[in-house]
Amino acid sequence: MSGFRLARGGRVDRSARLDFSFDGQRLQGFAGDSLASALLANGVDLVGRSFKYHRPRGLFGAGAEEPNALVTLGTGDRTEPNIRATTVELSAQLQATSQNRWPSLSFDMMGINNVLSDVLAAGFYYKTFMWPAALWEKLYEPLIRRAAGLGKAANLPDPDRYEQANLFCDLLVIGSGPAGLNAALAAGRAGARVIVCEDDFVFGGRLVSEQYEIGKAPASQWLAACLAELAALPSVRMMARATVFGVYDTGNYGVVQRLVPEGVVPEPLHARQCLWRIVARQSLLASGAIERPMVFAGNDRPGVMLGSAVRTYLNRYGVAAGKSLVVHCSHDEGWTTAFEARAAGIEACVVETRDTVHADLIAKAHQLAVRVVLGGRIIATSGSQGLTRVTIETDRYQEHIECDGVAVSNGWNPTLHLTCHHNNKPVWDGRRDCFVPQHLPPGMRIAGAVTGAFSLKEALAQGWHEGAAAAEDCGFTAGAFEARPCSDDPQEGRSVWSVAGKGKAFIDLQHDVTSDDVALAHREGYRSVEHLKRYTTLGMGTDQGKTSNVTGLAVMAGLCGTSIAEVGTTVFRPPYTPVAIGALAGAHRDGHFRPTRLSAAHQWAVEQGAVFVETGLWLRAQYFPQTGETHWRETVDREVLAVRSGVGLCDVSTLGKIEVQGRDAAAFLDFVYSNLISTLPVGRTRYGLMLREDGFVMDDGTVARLGEQHFLVSTTTAQAVLVMNHLDFCHQVHHPEWDVRMVSVTERWTQLAIAGPQSRALLQRALGQAVDLSDESMPYLACRELTLAEGLTARLFRVSFSGELAYELAVPADFGDAVVWHLAQVGRDFGLTPYGTEAMGVMRIEKGHVAGNELNGTTTARDLGLEKMMSRKKDFIGRVMALRPALVADDRPQLVGFRPVDPDARITAGAHFLPLGKPATIDHDQGYMTSVAYSPHCGCLIGLGLLQHGPQRIGEQVRAYDALRGLDTVVDIVSPVFVDPKGERLHG
Amino acid sequence: MRLPCPYCGERDSREFTYRGDATLTRPAVESEMADYVYQRDNPLGWHKEYWLHTVCRTWLAVERDTRTHALGPVSIARCERVGS
Repeated sequence: MSGFRLARGGRVDRSARLDFSFDGQRLQGFAGDSLASALLANGVDLVGRSFKYHRPRGLFGAGAEEPNALVTLGTGDRTEPNIRATTVELSAQLQATSQNRWPSLSFDMMGINNVLSDVLAAGFYYKTFMWPAALWEKLYEPLIRRAAGLGKAANLPDPDRYEQANLFCDLLVIGSGPAGLNAALAAGRAGARVIVCEDDFVFGGRLVSEQYEIGKAPASQWLAACLAELAALPSVRMMARATVFGVYDTGNYGVVQRLVPEGVVPEPLHARQCLWRIVARQSLLASGAIERPMVFAGNDRPGVMLGSAVRTYLNRYGVAAGKSLVVHCSHDEGWTTAFEARAAGIEACVVETRDTVHADLIAKAHQLAVRVVLGGRIIATSGSQGLTRVTIETDRYQEHIECDGVAVSNGWNPTLHLTCHHNNKPVWDGRRDCFVPQHLPPGMRIAGAVTGAFSLKEALAQGWHEGAAAAEDCGFTAGAFEARPCSDDPQEGRSVWSVAGKGKAFIDLQHDVTSDDVALAHREGYRSVEHLKRYTTLGMGTDQGKTSNVTGLAVMAGLCGTSIAEVGTTVFRPPYTPVAIGALAGAHRDGHFRPTRLSAAHQWAVEQGAVFVETGLWLRAQYFPQTGETHWRETVDREVLAVRSGVGLCDVSTLGKIEVQGRDAAAFLDFVYSNLISTLPVGRTRYGLMLREDGFVMDDGTVARLGEQHFLVSTTTAQAVLVMNHLDFCHQVHHPEWDVRMVSVTERWTQLAIAGPQSRALLQRALGQAVDLSDESMPYLACRELTLAEGLTARLFRVSFSGELAYELAVPADFGDAVVWHLAQVGRDFGLTPYGTEAMGVMRIEKGHVAGNELNGTTTARDLGLEKMMSRKKDFIGRVMALRPALVADDRPQLVGFRPVDPDARITAGAHFLPLGKPATIDHDQGYMTSVAYSPHCGCLIGLGLLQHGPQRIGEQVRAYDALRGLDTVVDIVSPVFVDPKGERLHG
Repeated sequence: MRLPCPYCGERDSREFTYRGDATLTRPAVESEMADYVYQRDNPLGWHKEYWLHTVCRTWLAVERDTRTHALGPVSIARCERVGS
């Protein structure tokens, strides 16, 4: 094809020239052009190479259906591959590059695949590359990926911003053709909140591509008036460049809107695209239809185009698809293409498959000097890269016709993809010769060509009626429809699915599926639509078979001797067209992927030089390196020794805190904890264990009784949310009759652990002499409220995770920063050492306290040596199931401590325990190490682990076997309490 | 998907946490506990299930068609249990 810009016509702004480039070639277009129309206007007929055979390909369509013209836009980190040139709004300095060719588009080495096409037929991958499997990953797949492919992604982070936002409306109109606009008018005038989403960068649908008349005037006048009125209606929102890509539950629609044309760099801080979630009470799908191609030999040669696309380029862009056009059609529409082309000065010839057509068409053809061949078909095309000649055949003769373009018209397929998103399949309408929607997603209506009614008159009427009905369903009163005379589209035709000829006849242009491939699938028994699709890859390209699916089914139906209705169709799923991952991610990337939670004492830790670690959403101080320390272990050892010999300060605010109050609060806590809570005196704290209903440990923490009916529950940092949900469930579902209320106060309090032999002295000075911290007044596990200043109530708990004399001081979060600085200031005289989660972890392992590594969802209270916390005096969540024989079996691994026989040897968490002298097989597996730390107290690595008969085997030895790290260490089985087994320090 | 919370009105599904079958009652008899914990129907069609509205902390009993995600009555689990 040798396309060119006509001297006049089209809706482009000929005063606004835009420079752009294609494969480095400098070209010019006009504002209002698509990239495709600008390429065509510049005579670029070769736009890409096909996926499998690397055959030269040109423009085939003019919209979202385009299978061939996939290009890469932009460079560097803004490279975006596989963009349809037909839907790209031309912009100044746009850089487009062709794909799937090497070294250049016109000379492509991989064209060899075309010669090899006989062996590359359907099912080729399955048959050829099945064996040996080892070669697949290293040889076959890279080879195929290089040879058969699309564009390449940037491999760099996307530098652009994407927004996500919500919209609500009474009626969402999808498509702004005559049906959609009339629906918006009907509902908008009635006062309904209407949103119109248009995929294209202009409104109007086929109105901007056809020479229609409405009310005896060009349709453009009606369109302009309609758009002006809609713009003035306050309840109507018009959204261009907005693709409705998915229909989701309860009236949710996924929409991606291009805020700048594709390939344009947005202004700084502006978003490139917006992902809208539109919640609509009603929707109207007015998405129109996509013209069907015809399958004939050589139908993929650049220059063969859909007739509707030829008219779009002509009428909307003022671009001729060629100087001499052959229209190959089975429908009256083809004749319109010929007439409009001829009127624009292009030579045209109609090759009509039907033997007879309406006399008016023949007369008009004669009048316009359009040659007509009835009962004809194209059996071959020729030309080196572009088209120069077609060979036609009738029942009586064959003939060559010189031409540089072929327009095919074979009826229409309704664009019904969105009606299938709730798993509804369309049905074949034999009368209209197309699939039509049958069942619709809740709240969706359809109007216009998507219903299978292809005339302008029907589109206007249906649009109005459905828009009005949707408004009335939302409680508005809509006006009556006023019919206007309109030019009507030709209706008649009889689809011809496949034309016999010599050479490849393509059904799926993007995936290079030919009619021979479908025949092969049929011969080999892959006849169901689902098999046909997967065996031939028909319709599996980025275009999802918009121009090929129905034709493929029809060809299969012909081969099977059944009807298309019987063959059926595959179902369409979201997205309608590809959506950029960036739009789906929105702002949720990098540090914004999820929120970061910071303790009120965070800034203090920052200023102490803390290294932070993520624990869930929280950032916690992991350790506090000092100048001169060269390794984290050096830091952690110093922190541990400081706590054990002096005093340390650790921020434990991230632990979950839940207030529980009410007359039945004690009964409730007895129900959710395995141990008794109701016996806890006011002013005391108790360690509590929660089980899941299946009997395994869920979480642990402390319960402080602040009053007769007032408790404060702590949870682990990781499980805080789940425990809160669980407690609400236990109350609201299991025991709603109980008088109990609870609320999470995790973020209301800053909680600081002050641990070590000097902790009492430090606190005494920090809180003042008026506070009695003596062991008599504030013994181990005591808790009380303190007034630190007027209006500042704190809570003090004598609890210890480290095993040392220790307190936790909780203050309202607003005072957290001030209080931590105060403690640090007072602490100077005591050598107060900030410590982090690493030192805390070391000290809890030294004390044999279980934590996340042991509370891993597969352990029971008994496994962890906490059997005595299973009360026998009451029912509680998990009680019954925890007593299952398998969970109390003697050979379940139980918690013990380990230390390597060689104090310099390395042990690791995750190592499995094997008896000495036995092979490392699953039969000899006796448990595994859960936690390991270097203990400055012991002077070696120590571990906690779960070992069969562990508590009875203290004094024996086993191997800690870690195949992953190549370690096999003999360890002594010891008590899990390495430090202060009698608890003297704790009670000091 | 959007779910109607009796307190907050219709809200996006991202505000809710799913739990499962709302037709089961925690048994008082020990021998029934294993079934309560592990046995679940997988109904094709209407199903009653627990959802937590994490914003107002209310556990809801929602009737939902597992084929279409169509929603039936939504009630407050607490009220259902107490029978008020």
